[in-house]
Amino acid sequence: MATYSTNEFRGGLKLLLDGDPCVIIENEFVKPGKGQAFNRVKLRNLKTGRVLEKTFKSGESVEAADVVERDLQYLYTDGEYWYFMDPETFEQYQADANAMGEAVKWIKDQDVCNVTLWNGQPIAVEAPNFVVLEITDTDPGLKGDTSGGGGKPATLETGAVVRVPLFVQIGEKIKVDTRSGEYVSRVKD
Amino acid sequence: MKRSAPIRELLQARADLFDEVRRFFRARGVLEVDTPLLSAAAGTDPALEPFVTRHCGAEGDRARYLQTSPEFHMKRLLAEGSGDIFQIAHAFRQGELGRRHNPEFILLEWYRIGYDHHRLMVEVAELVNRLLDRKLPVEKITYRSLFQRRFGWDPLETAAAEMARTAAKEGIAMGGSLDRDQWLDLLMGAVVQRELGRGALTFVHDYPASQASLARLHPQDFRLASRFELYLEGVELANGFHELTDAAEQLARFEADNRKRRQRGQQPLPVDRRLIEALERGLPDCSGVALGLDRLLMLKLEAGALAEVLTFPYAVA
Repeated sequence: MATYSTNEFRGGLKLLLDGDPCVIIENEFVKPGKGQAFNRVKLRNLKTGRVLEKTFKSGESVEAADVVERDLQYLYTDGEYWYFMDPETFEQYQADANAMGEAVKWIKDQDVCNVTLWNGQPIAVEAPNFVVLEITDTDPGLKGDTSGGGGKPATLETGAVVRVPLFVQIGEKIKVDTRSGEYVSRVKD
Repeated sequence: MKRSAPIRELLQARADLFDEVRRFFRARGVLEVDTPLLSAAAGTDPALEPFVTRHCGAEGDRARYLQTSPEFHMKRLLAEGSGDIFQIAHAFRQGELGRRHNPEFILLEWYRIGYDHHRLMVEVAELVNRLLDRKLPVEKITYRSLFQRRFGWDPLETAAAEMARTAAKEGIAMGGSLDRDQWLDLLMGAVVQRELGRGALTFVHDYPASQASLARLHPQDFRLASRFELYLEGVELANGFHELTDAAEQLARFEADNRKRRQRGQQPLPVDRRLIEALERGLPDCSGVALGLDRLLMLKLEAGALAEVLTFPYAVA
C-alpha cells in the first residue's frame, strides 16, 4: 500500500479518503511558531466531483490512490456501459453512467475522451472541449418568434439539446462547447 | 521564480531592513552578537524539529544540530554578562514549508535585561512601526479573552471534545483526535490568527502554562505563562518571553518535552546541559523575543508569499 506523508502534499496528488479517490487542489501549511503543525487540504472527490476540505496533523501519512488519466477512444454503448479503447494498447474499458456523467450528452463513436481510471476502472469521463454534432430536430420556422434570447432549441444526434441561432436548420452540423453546453458555430463539411 | 520586486529592489529592501534594525538597537545600546548555527544540542520542543548533521573529526563522529533559533547561545552570553544583545540569525526548522514558512529563515532575536514581557512588547511595537515606516496602533489581548471572545469558552478549562465541536463548526474536518493544546494550536492557526492584527499590531499575551515554552509562569497565576506573540495582518510575526531563569524548572521542561516526543513517536533530543549550567550560574532577569524578518519584509513589500521576498527560497536554493 503506497502512502504519502503530508510533507509530500502538493496540487494534483491523488489520495484515498474514506474509501474514495481524491485529488489535492490546494495544500496550506498552518503552524503556530511554537505549536503543532497542520496541513489544511482542499480536495476534489474524483467519483462525485465534490470539493471537500480536510485537515491533517503534519507528518501523518495518507494512503495513495492509484489514479491515472488516459486518452481513450469511445467505441459504443450497450445502454448499460459505455466502452472505450486505449488506441495504443487496444485494451478496452467499460464506464458506467456514473462515470460518464455529462459526457454522455456529447460524445459519439471515435471521439477521444480524457478518462480517469481508478484501480484500472473508469471513474470519470470528460468529453472533448469541442464537439461537432448534427442537428436532428429543430423548429424550421425562420420567422419564428424571437423570444428566448433570439435562439431556438435544437436536438443533436446524441440527444443533447442546445440553443442555436434561428438560421440553423435540421441536417446541419454545429460546433458545441461541452463545458458550457453552448453553440459555437456552424460547421461546413 | 516569482519575486515581489526586481532583484535589485528586493535586495535593497532587505539590506535597508537590516540597516534600520542595526540603527535602532545601536541607538539603544543593544549590542549585536553572532553565535554558532551548529551546536551539540538543539531545543527539545516537540513542535520544532531540527536539522541534524554530523561532524567527523579526530574525537570521533558527533551529531550536530542546526539551530531552530539562536536562543540558547544568546542566553549563555547573557549568563556570562553580555548585557543587552541582539542578533540577526539564520534559523532552520524541519518540515516547515508553505506560504509563510521556509525551512531556513531569518530571525531577529533580542534580549533586554530587567524588562518584563509587557515592557518588551512596547519596544517590539516601536521597532516594527519603524521598520514598516508606519504608525500602527497597538492592541493587547490575553490568550484567554481571545478564545473567550471568539468561541465563547475558556482555553484553560474547556475539554478537548468541546474544542473539537468548535473546530467542526468552523468547517475544519480533522481526521484523528487531538489533545487540548493541539486543538488550540489548530484553532489559533486556522481560524483566530487570520483575524488578528488587521490594521494594528496585535499582541496576544499570557498563554496557557502548557504552552509556556521557555517563558516563566505568571507570578500571580501559575496556569499562565509570561509569553506573548505579535500578529499583523493575520501573520504571526514575533514570539517573546519573560524568560525562565530557574535551571531546575528548565531542565524539568526539557525532560517533559522529551517524554512528549516519545509519546508522539518523535526522536527525543539531547538536553542542552551547557544552557542548564549557565542558568545555574545565573541568567539575569530578562525578556527576549524572536521576530521573523522575512515575514516582516513580506508584509512591508505586500508580497503574497514568503518565497517572493527570499533571495533563494527552498524550492530553488
